[in-house]
Amino acid sequence: MSYTKRIDGRKFDELRKTRAEIGVVPNADGSALFAFGDTIAIAAVYGPKQLHPQHLQNPEKGVLRVVYDMLSFSVTERKRPGPSRRSQEISKVTEWALVPVIQLENFQNTVIDVHISILQANASTRCAGINAAALALAHAGVPMTELVSSVSIGKVDDRIVTDLTKEEEDYKDGEGSTDIPMAFSSKTGKITLLQTDGEIRPKQMKEAIEQGKKACKEIYEIQKKVLKEFNKEK
Amino acid sequence: METPNLTKKRIKDYLDVGKRFDSRELLEHRDIEIEIGVSKNAEGSARVRLGETEVIAGIKLGVGAPYPDHEEEGTMITTMELLPLSSERFEYGPPRINAIEMARVVDRGIRESGFIDFKKLCIKKGEKVWTVFVDIYSINNRGNLLDASCLAAVAALLTAKMPKYDEKLERVKYGELTSKKIPLTKVVPITLTFHKIGNNLLIDPVLEEEDASEVRLTLTLTQNDKKEVIINAAQKGNEGTFTEEELSKILDLAEKTYKKLEKEVEDKIEKSLKEKK
Repeated sequence: MSYTKRIDGRKFDELRKTRAEIGVVPNADGSALFAFGDTIAIAAVYGPKQLHPQHLQNPEKGVLRVVYDMLSFSVTERKRPGPSRRSQEISKVTEWALVPVIQLENFQNTVIDVHISILQANASTRCAGINAAALALAHAGVPMTELVSSVSIGKVDDRIVTDLTKEEEDYKDGEGSTDIPMAFSSKTGKITLLQTDGEIRPKQMKEAIEQGKKACKEIYEIQKKVLKEFNKEK
Repeated sequence: METPNLTKKRIKDYLDVGKRFDSRELLEHRDIEIEIGVSKNAEGSARVRLGETEVIAGIKLGVGAPYPDHEEEGTMITTMELLPLSSERFEYGPPRINAIEMARVVDRGIRESGFIDFKKLCIKKGEKVWTVFVDIYSINNRGNLLDASCLAAVAALLTAKMPKYDEKLERVKYGELTSKKIPLTKVVPITLTFHKIGNNLLIDPVLEEEDASEVRLTLTLTQNDKKEVIINAAQKGNEGTFTEEELSKILDLAEKTYKKLEKEVEDKIEKSLKEKK
């Protein structure tokens, strides 16, 4: 049987219920929470600040340093605390997803630290992390040319689905499940993150990217809204 | 030494008129050399050269516990060591991010392509399964270690034999190999990395080109029964970005390049196998 109805009843191009909040970590220069359904990420930004040790400084532009990690109890089976190969890779691709929009050239010799913690995981944690980090950077007042929005597009059996869940990620029937996390910059629509796990034809990949672009536009609106509301409250 | 900005600019200027320093076409890879069985004690091994870039991959098998959510499947661990012997840029110490990323991209490509038949690597459900260790070492870094690593891993796996297993002691008898091959499927995954320099897309960069690259997209590709090209893994790397058009172009080019490369790689492994016998 093919995948004609989503397990949680959503439309194929429908996001889970999202939640976005600004200023969840008062100590930080900027912070935010972003959730796709049961996946919850918080991000905190510290900086720009002087980078130590000095030899890591770049006299031409600032450095963005991202650390992504999951809390040990955020997954069903306890995750060993501390960095893993997986978390280090995700930290790096998150960095690459965010750097293109940050005007680091104004901050020579400094570092902007972005810390992302996954409080609860149900697929798409890196995407939630990127969305939270983009909000936290905006909250910190770091100059950016545009925002970044991220979503995971999946192929479950032969259907392209938006924002897939863990259950869909583990789908075994038919063609199985493919996970394609991606990120777009909000104004120029550039692709700043793209990964794939599974199997997909190039033609379907193009469809997935179209669908991801659409979903990221929705996420961008959510991000914009929460930032505006936050500024009003202040 | 880090490539000077001047050289990077020159590389870009050349590419803009369709030229490369080593006179290759933009979508032409360097000569591929594959040699299998380079280490006798390994269950399988291979040396791959892409021009002057060289990597060695070795396969070892161990016995361990399966993952709780895949009780009947064997496991795989891929590591990448960027040896200081292969480049003045590499230093001793625990693997850093570029080695970790490479290992994970290779791992993902092999895993997702279904190349290894993990179900056949189960010894006792929920308790004991075979673990396939894929260990890759750089021998000479002249750029594009990633694509070379995947080729080496695939070639090593294709030739790897199962070690003997002592049922009574429930232990691997190391040093004694059976004539049985590691259970593999028919697909042969190939990893192709596209780099963007200015408005140009190229494959198989030499070190200087790799330094000049703004952004890369690594694709691991296979073919299904209908001979359709399938993407099993993708990874965008570095700080640059792709436009949708560029991405679409890469996907088209990847399909074409895969078809050409797949044949060549299989022939080379076949040939190396014959030479060993």
